[in-house]
Amino acid sequence: MIAPMLREAWHAMGANRLRAFLTMLGMMIGVAAVIMMLAIGQGAEYMVSQSIASMGSNLFIILSGSTTSGGLRLGTGATPTLTTLDAEAIAELPSIAAVAPVAPGGAQLVYGANNWSTVVTGTTPAYLDVRDWNVSSGYPFTDSDVRSGTRVALLGRTVVKNLFGADDPVGKTIRVKQSPFLVVGVLAAKGQSLNGQDQDDTVLIPVTTAQRKVFGSQFPGSVRFIMAQANSAQAMTAAARDITQLLRQRHHLPDRTDNDFDVRNLTALANAQAQTTRVMSVMLGAIASVSLLVGGIGIMNIMLVSVTERTREIGIRVAIGARKRDILTQFLLEAIIISLIGCIVGVLLGVGAAVVANQAAGVTVVITGSAMMLGFAVAAAVGIFFGFYPANKAARLKPIEALRYQ
Amino acid sequence: MSDDVLIETERLCKQYDTGAGPVPVLRDVNVTVRRGEFVAVMGPSGSGKTTFMNILGCLDLPTSGRYVLDGRDVGTLDGDALAQLRNAVIGFVFQGYNLLPRATLVDNVALPLLYAGVTHAERARRAEELLGKMGLSGYGHYAPNQVSGGQQQRVAIARAMINNPRLILADEPTGNLDTTTSYEIMKLLAQLNTDGITIVLVTHEPDIAAYAKRLIRFVDGRLTHDGIVSRHAIEEMAT
Repeated sequence: MIAPMLREAWHAMGANRLRAFLTMLGMMIGVAAVIMMLAIGQGAEYMVSQSIASMGSNLFIILSGSTTSGGLRLGTGATPTLTTLDAEAIAELPSIAAVAPVAPGGAQLVYGANNWSTVVTGTTPAYLDVRDWNVSSGYPFTDSDVRSGTRVALLGRTVVKNLFGADDPVGKTIRVKQSPFLVVGVLAAKGQSLNGQDQDDTVLIPVTTAQRKVFGSQFPGSVRFIMAQANSAQAMTAAARDITQLLRQRHHLPDRTDNDFDVRNLTALANAQAQTTRVMSVMLGAIASVSLLVGGIGIMNIMLVSVTERTREIGIRVAIGARKRDILTQFLLEAIIISLIGCIVGVLLGVGAAVVANQAAGVTVVITGSAMMLGFAVAAAVGIFFGFYPANKAARLKPIEALRYQ
Repeated sequence: MSDDVLIETERLCKQYDTGAGPVPVLRDVNVTVRRGEFVAVMGPSGSGKTTFMNILGCLDLPTSGRYVLDGRDVGTLDGDALAQLRNAVIGFVFQGYNLLPRATLVDNVALPLLYAGVTHAERARRAEELLGKMGLSGYGHYAPNQVSGGQQQRVAIARAMINNPRLILADEPTGNLDTTTSYEIMKLLAQLNTDGITIVLVTHEPDIAAYAKRLIRFVDGRLTHDGIVSRHAIEEMAT
């Protein structure tokens, strides 16, 4: 019974092609908008989750604190209160998996005829664990390099590109602020950080080398900040408390004085950002859904016009033996065909637009099967929902009145 | 009720509710039609004959009274059963042909079979065959507005006949046709009647009514005449 009904519905639509097409257009735009917005939203979520993964997990950053000198309060990081020894002590805490002190500074690098200014990060081999970072060629420097303050360096990808081009840097010697450094390895690419910095534009050297031979310091052993990784996400709160207690003890801070350091939960900040992105993604989808709703109302509108126009036809069909459900099915099928075709074309349009946005504007898009299925299911539901009222109206027409209709 | 009775109405009443109160259209109509009869229904405008036909055709229900069609009490049937009666027992022929304008002649003729659940190929075959019998072979793919009124009415009769009904209800089938074509259509109906189909025909014109064998007449919703067709009776009607 459905096959001949489909044929009937198809013929009815063929009778007014422009109108059927315009009705479908509403549906197409709605579905395309939903697909594209979901693609862009999920693309943004993907970007953020990539950045979070590249940052490292369960991460704290411990900054040296503010100080007050002559009534003048200076900001965070103003006093060099943190040292490599603090980092070593934190590493002993049971809730902490890895700790790396960080002493960064800007420096000019030279190799052959090329030179490049970048951030030179003095740290320990544990930095790679904390940041979930790998060495793609060569080897990382070791704890003994840190103890003896040797001149060895691990280069980030951007630095390699600018100094060496296509050459292999491992085993070569570069100059950092005039002193020669042996390149022992190259870091794997990490891409952008959450705030858009190029994480590959850096050089890692032993923290002791940085302190004594590159930047120098009037406070021996002091570092700008310490990065610490907790054992697990559940251990974060306990780890923050442990670190605070330990550092207060080590810095001999009496009760009721402020901390001279600042423990920040980087992972929580990142998750908050991920949450924001997710909300934005949902919002985009919700706004696009409105156009789907409008498309559905368009279908209902046209179907109502169609029912009125074909009142006499309905009367004839009833007179020769159509049941209520035959009439209902006929008009419902028309609405469903319109929304399905509109939906298929809309999915193609949406995917196409997302690909174009990606190619032309460089927007990260993620097109998932589930998004397309969702678009499809919603369109079918819209077709049935908005097709039902007009179809039901048609099925309830009184035959003699329908036959008399001019 | 014996088996050869096709239509039986008993104290059939119909009234329409208007703003000015109920208006009776049919009052206590008792009619029995046997199988194979050819009945002409006459009467002035507003006498209730079209309402009577709509009730006979199961398109409208009486306000009170009983209507038995082909052994089934129509008042006790649900919507689907009524649709089934209209599909399999009754064939309609209207004054304005009432063909679907967007469908071809063959599709128009085959339409009742769609609701009878016949396959597409079988529908087309039977419709073509019937069009041939009506002298319209080769016209199947035309649209209704591409053929003459007489041809459209033949198509409508073919549509009424396609599901082998027992009863044909014709409401002024020649009202829109010229005299010659009217006679051709009436000859076609008379032939169908000879083949055993019961026909109830509404008409204004005495020469059309003359094709029937029995004449009933309504005035103000009441049955005022029921008898054989005679020149005298028809002329009396026509006044």
